[in-house]
Parts: sequence; C-alpha cells; structure tokens
Amino acid sequence: MGLFLFKRLMTLLATLAGASVVVFLVLEILPGNAAQMLMGPDASPEAVQALTIKLGLNLPPMQRYWQWISALLVGDMGMSSAYSSPVLDLVLERLAVTVPLAVIAMALTTAMALSAGIYAAARHNRLGDTGLMGLTQIGIAVPNFWFAILLILLFSVHLQWFSAGGFPGWDEGFAPALKSLLLPALSLAVVQAAILARITRSAVLEVLREDFVRTARAKGLSQRATLWGHVLRNAMIPVLTVMGLQFANLLAGTIVVENVFYLPGLGRLIFQAISNRDLIVVRNCVLLLAAMVIAVNFVVDVLYAVIDPRVKASDI
Amino acid sequence: MNAALSRALRHRSFAIGAVLTLLLLLAASLSLVWTPWSPYEIDMAAKLQAPGAQHWLGTDPFGRDIVSLLLVGARNSILVGVIAVSIGLGVGTLLGLLAAARRGWVEEAIMRLADFTFAFPAILSAIMLTAVFGAGIVNSIIAIGVFNIPTFARVTRASANAIWSREFVLAARACGKGPWRITFDHVLPNILSALIVQATIQFALAILAEAALSYLGLGTQPPQPSWGRMLAEAQTLLFQAPLLAVFPGIAIALAVLGLNLLGDGLRDLMDPRLARKR
Repeated sequence: MGLFLFKRLMTLLATLAGASVVVFLVLEILPGNAAQMLMGPDASPEAVQALTIKLGLNLPPMQRYWQWISALLVGDMGMSSAYSSPVLDLVLERLAVTVPLAVIAMALTTAMALSAGIYAAARHNRLGDTGLMGLTQIGIAVPNFWFAILLILLFSVHLQWFSAGGFPGWDEGFAPALKSLLLPALSLAVVQAAILARITRSAVLEVLREDFVRTARAKGLSQRATLWGHVLRNAMIPVLTVMGLQFANLLAGTIVVENVFYLPGLGRLIFQAISNRDLIVVRNCVLLLAAMVIAVNFVVDVLYAVIDPRVKASDI
Repeated sequence: MNAALSRALRHRSFAIGAVLTLLLLLAASLSLVWTPWSPYEIDMAAKLQAPGAQHWLGTDPFGRDIVSLLLVGARNSILVGVIAVSIGLGVGTLLGLLAAARRGWVEEAIMRLADFTFAFPAILSAIMLTAVFGAGIVNSIIAIGVFNIPTFARVTRASANAIWSREFVLAARACGKGPWRITFDHVLPNILSALIVQATIQFALAILAEAALSYLGLGTQPPQPSWGRMLAEAQTLLFQAPLLAVFPGIAIALAVLGLNLLGDGLRDLMDPRLARKR
C-alpha cells in the first residue's frame, strides 16, 4: 500500500506541475504582452512599460514561472488589480460558497443515483426499471443551467418558496445560507445523478451475474443481504470511477450554475476577473480549479485500492 | 442491407434517436435556405409577443422570431459540434493508434497526457482562451475540441489493443507487415464502429458544452443566434415572459437526447452482446 500511495502521489505532483505550466503558458506567454492586455489597447506605451516592470513581466519566463510557483507554495497568490486586495483572501471568501455547493450537489447526486440505480437493477427489465432508465435518458440530455432556470421558474417565480438567486452569507445564519444553495445544488445534481444511476444499475447487474452471488444465494442468504453485503461493494469500482469524474464535472458546473443564481463563488469571481482583465486572479483560480479536479482523481485512485485489494496488488 | 435496416428500425433507442437527430439536421439545413422571419432583424414593435399565428413560438425582447432563432441556433450547434468532434476524433484517434502500436513508454506518455487533459474541463479551457483572446465561437470550438482529444485517445487505444491481440494481426505480422500498415489496414477498420458510437456521444456533449459557453457569453457572439445565448437573454425576463426560457432548453434537450439515443442504439446494433447484457 505504501508503494502504491507513493507512486500515486508522484503522479499527482507531476500532473499538478504540468497543469501549472499549461496555465502559465496560456495566460502569461500566449498573450505576448500581458501588461498591454491588462491595460487595454488605449494605454500609453509608458504606462504599459511601467506595469510591465511592476509585474515583473520583463523578466525571463522561467524566472517568472518560478517566482509564481514559489510564492504559491507559501500561500501568496499575488494582488488583484481590480479588487486591490490579496487574491488568496478573495479565493478563500469565494470557496466558502463553491465548496459547500459542490459537496451538497455531490451528496444529492450520490443519494439519488445509488437508490435509483440499485432499485432499477433489482427490478431489471420490469416497469420500474424501464421508467427510471427513460427518466435518466432525459436527465442526461437536460443542460444543468436550463434545469436551474426551470427550478427558478417553478420555485421562485410561481411558488415563491426560494429567492431567484443571491447568497446571504454564512454570517446571516446556517439555514438561510443553506437554503440559497439548495436549488443550485439540485440543478447540478439531477443531471449528474442521471448518469451515475445508469452506471450503478449496469455495475450492479454485472455483479449480480457473478458466480459468487449465485453461491451466496444458494447458501441461503436473502436477496437483500446478498445485495447489500456482497454485490454493492463489488459494484462500487466503476461507480467510484464515474463519481470521481463527476466531481470534476460538478466543479466545472458550479462555474455555470453560480452565474445562473448569482452566487458569489469561485466561478463568478473568474468571470468578473475576465471582464476586469484581472489576469492574476484568472491564473490562480483556473489553476486552483484544475488542482481540485486532479486532487479528486487522486482520492478516487486511492479509494480503488481500499475497496479492491487487486488494484494495489497489481500496481506494486 | 434490408435486414440490417429493419433490425435497426425495430431498435427503440436507435429509431427515436435517428428521428430526433434527423429533425435537428433538417432544422439546421432548412435554416440555410428559409426561416419564417429574419433572425437578425430587430422589430421593437413586435417584442415579447406570445405564440400565435404570425410568430408560432412568439418573439424575443428585440422582436425577433423565436422559431427563426431556434432554426439558425441548430445550425450553430451542429457547426460547433462537427468541428469540435472532428478535432477530438482526428487527434485523439491518431494518438490512441500510436499508443496501441508502439506500447511501452509511448503508450504510457500518451495516456498520462490524456489523464492530464482531463484536469481542464472544456469550460476551464474556454475561460483561459477567452481571458487571452476574447470570447468567440472559434475559442469555444478549440476548447471543446481539445477536451474531446483524451476521450477519443482512450477509446481508440482500448479498442486497438484488443485488435492487436487477435490472430489475424499476428498473421499480418508474420507476412511482414509493419506496425503502421497493420494499424491502417487491420486495426482502424475494426475499431471504426466504436469510434462512430463515441463520436455520436461526444457530439451530444459538444452541443451541451457550446450551449453552456454561449450562455456564459464565452461562445457564439451576437448577433449570431445560439440556443445558450437565447437562454441567457430569457433569464432576465423570467417574470414577464417565462416561455422564452422554455423553448431553447427543449431544443437543446431534444438534440442531446436524440444523439445519445442514437449512440446507444448504434452501440447495441454494432455489438449485440452489449445489448443483451443491458
């Protein structure tokens, strides 16, 4: 297990380093003169030159990259030109919305998908199975931001149970903050749950055909006990793989859904930064989101080994 | 041929998917030669009209006909989907074939590169490109296309590896054929069906991604109509004209549903063992 973890950790670090190089190349090298981009086409050459020196853009690219990374390692993300405040503070403030949103969405996804997938597999080829799988096809086809708008139409415009957007902040109390995240989380979760439910159903059906399941049933174990005691653990490998990918999708999805509900999360911060030409914020936020995706995939890899000992055995 | 066609038409997913996809293609083709009204002409006197005889699905806040906007929007969605999937299919398939043909460190390097690309979902790539070059349809196509590459590389490599272990490939090697001759003469023709199925599914995902990017203002730019942009504009008028937010969403959902069902159907028809397992 130790060697397995070490190898995975090395891959994680290499991927993170690669991601940082890509972000640096695209946002710092590709634009040519980043200072000109920040100041706009009407800026005087003197002003552009002054900003170039202030931001250290006259230094060689390798040196600039190293400065960025070494500052990041000690928690310094630089200063936002639009907000005139440390990027780290802005990011931490926005993460307090984005992370709970993604976590609630993932919890809802898992709950809906596992129950629907297991239910459908247990009633294979019967009405419940066909109906649920038809619904999941529709769920997969619906864009999350449209579903979000439909939720606003129903719950905010017609029923007026929820506000159409905004976030009161955690300081205003746990319940109002949680309430404002419910519709966004639901709009993210329904689409992902539709995909995961299909994977869960296929995985459970696959395991149900295994010899050990027949043996367990022949030994007198009830269907329920076989399902919960033997089938689910074995069916979890493909389900976990997809869940890992889905968490990455959820994080990307938060960028869209935060804009639908005007939530002050990381996604909206990136958008405001683009319109303010605040490249330092864009660079750090994009890397942070990519790092979160990479980290989730790492956790999934490690979880494989915990669930299925064959994974680590074959890897060592 | 007739037997295959009748078997295909009896397959429920394939039949529904084919009809919906055909409708999408017809709508896009029709918009090239005819739309009920001009999708670019602003007529403030006719703004926010309810569905009726003149404007079948009503008008938007600029008085533009919704049906016309939807028809031209279909064309844009298909354009983005076709180019983005072609980028992914072209580059990803080549990388996957190379990985399967060379194995060893080449395969390892290509697959790690594919894993790495997954760290940048299409939206993140589009954000980076927009921050540097500004918003536009070309950047969204590149972002979606690049995100398609690892998917095709993985599918190609997995399918090609299975073909490489078959006896007829061994026979071809014994006849003195080199890896590239074998790849193009034997491996590629045998994995085409898997690639077609994947392309259909990626097409659906590309339509969703384009709609999301256009909704955020990063994709198709005005005055070019786009389903995603129509939803963004409709959201500001939810209280006055809620129907505006319904039609473009239905269009996206039907297009994606059609392509997904078509992909599922094609997979079942090309590999009946999978259909039995499901």
